[in-house]
Amino acid sequence: MKIIQRLSEMQVGQTATIQAFHVDTAFKYRLNGLGLRVGKTLEVIRHAPFDGPYQLRIGSTELMLRKRDAHMIEVLM
Amino acid sequence: MKRIALIGMPNAGKSTLFNRMSGGSAKVANWPGVTVDLLSSKLLLDGGMVEIVDLPGIYDLHGFSDDEQVVRHFLANNTVDLVLIVVNASQIDRQLSLTLQLKSLNMPAVILLNMADEAKKSGISIDTEKISVELGYSTLLLSAKYGQGYSEAYNAIEATLRTSKARPARALEQDFAVDKAMETELDNLVKHSVDFPAQIGSTMTEKIDSVALHPVFGLPLFFGFMFVIFQAVYTIGGPLQEGMAWLFETFRDLALVPLLSGLPALLNGFLIGGVFDGLATVASFVPIVIVFFLFMAFVEDSGYLSRAAFLMDSLMSRMGLDGRSFVMLLMGFGCNVPALMGTRTMRSRGLRLLTMLVIPFSLCSARLQVFVFMTTALFSPQHAPIVLFSLYIMTFVVVILTALLFKGHFNSQEPFALELPPYRLPTYRQMLFRGWHEVAVFIKRATKFITVGVVMVWVLTNMPYGVEPASASSWSGIIGEFMSPVLSPAGINPELTIALIFGFVAKEIVIGALAVIYGLEGSALMTGIAEQIDWVQAYSFMLFTLIYTPCLSTIATIRTEAKSGWFTTVSLVWPLTLAWVVSAGFYQAARFLGY
Repeated sequence: MKIIQRLSEMQVGQTATIQAFHVDTAFKYRLNGLGLRVGKTLEVIRHAPFDGPYQLRIGSTELMLRKRDAHMIEVLM
Repeated sequence: MKRIALIGMPNAGKSTLFNRMSGGSAKVANWPGVTVDLLSSKLLLDGGMVEIVDLPGIYDLHGFSDDEQVVRHFLANNTVDLVLIVVNASQIDRQLSLTLQLKSLNMPAVILLNMADEAKKSGISIDTEKISVELGYSTLLLSAKYGQGYSEAYNAIEATLRTSKARPARALEQDFAVDKAMETELDNLVKHSVDFPAQIGSTMTEKIDSVALHPVFGLPLFFGFMFVIFQAVYTIGGPLQEGMAWLFETFRDLALVPLLSGLPALLNGFLIGGVFDGLATVASFVPIVIVFFLFMAFVEDSGYLSRAAFLMDSLMSRMGLDGRSFVMLLMGFGCNVPALMGTRTMRSRGLRLLTMLVIPFSLCSARLQVFVFMTTALFSPQHAPIVLFSLYIMTFVVVILTALLFKGHFNSQEPFALELPPYRLPTYRQMLFRGWHEVAVFIKRATKFITVGVVMVWVLTNMPYGVEPASASSWSGIIGEFMSPVLSPAGINPELTIALIFGFVAKEIVIGALAVIYGLEGSALMTGIAEQIDWVQAYSFMLFTLIYTPCLSTIATIRTEAKSGWFTTVSLVWPLTLAWVVSAGFYQAARFLGY
């Protein structure tokens, strides 16, 4: 069954499709530039220690995103 | 003259390409956002001179951060005859979005799919013909780093330059938003012209990351790695420095002294004891700086800095900073000035100012020279590297202290996303360019204020006329005595005080000044200083040098970047206060404990 949840709730190794961004315009453009767009599939590669950022892979790009900001992205799992 | 601009996303290789085309040495690193200033160069193309401009990397033409504003401002105020859109071929699936934006502005362009070697290795094949037809822009594969595909690229650039119509200077239209249609166009274009393998991403990078980003060992490994590098710089650079000092000493005794013996005593003293000793002492440390920068270039080009940001972000966020701030601190180990300019990628003013407040505590290569000099003079060969490393640790201690104290004033909620590029190896060519660049920078600084600095120190220590040099009745002695109520609690004597005063201009002057004040050079200078002060005083002096007001160039950069007199004042006064408190605290405590 498919469920909609926040990117911050994803576990390491899981993949999901981006549904929506709840971020300001400026940050949305930055995320778009890095390849994060609605409908794209991403994978969580690892979490940094001490509740640190998430390492994600989307297409050919790897990037890091803070948990707080990951919480602002809705994904479909 | 026709004008070509290089545009692309961060870390697409624009600066590497720019260096190749212009023979220049713009700073390159495997870190998104190295170029923050406009670099331009002249080039002979198609029988005429052409100006080529390297713009900062941007994700999007909308531009909200300062570096993106630079690009918008440039396009709004300059006629551009041709844009070279530099795209990382491996990431063509997302990086072409910038191309689509430029196309909607009717920008005359050539698309250069850079890092073709890397893309080929990961099994990505690109139909450049198809992209050329679909977008109406000549599209070519090349490798800026290894120099492949250049002649074809030049042909395409010349051909396009001949036929295309320049885009006149005018403000960017606001309606080039990344709308749904553009996204679909991008996806279709990529689907029809690019063949991605099922498994993307380098397995090598994955393997290294599984160790480098290990949840438990990642951080210890990072600090261990740093320690090894600083040890290596010391081990390799130390003997080179001694060799250089010996060369200068021999030259002085065998050539300079006999040659100038006919001159009047004062002039002779000025030329040998002032200008030569001062400059030679500073110059003898250049090999250490070069070795340091070769290592630095390697680390920067490797892509490990982004991993450091990943590992440290959580701890930094507790201090009101982020992973980028940490990387800027590391870059500050080279020179504080580019690190300060690197904060332009931050949009939140609070975050940017707080980062700019802590960067000057970074033990830069100029301060490294002072510390290598002092530790070699006052500590045993076994202890010296450890003492040196303790000063790097001190950098982080004062950074943490300062950030925690000031974070309430510089609030930031800036979201933070950063690319983690694949690991790469720099070419020998890039490393050599970097080393040479540092020598060139040194020569430029040496001929300007280092010379002026040592000459002024000589005047202060030898005037009024006939006085015993650097004695209590010389000008420097008088100034030193005047300052002594303030600095003697930190164990800093009048001679060291003069060096500190000139160190305000540039830290390289400090050792040059000491050479002039003590009237000695090379190993004799080290012995002379060791006879005058003990290790407690030396360490207190080094703590002061590390923390107090950074050099004049740093202050000037803070002023232009922050555009605030108030902030500039804080970043002058706070380090000075902290330096005194830490040094005096250390000195008094050590003396109290009987050292």
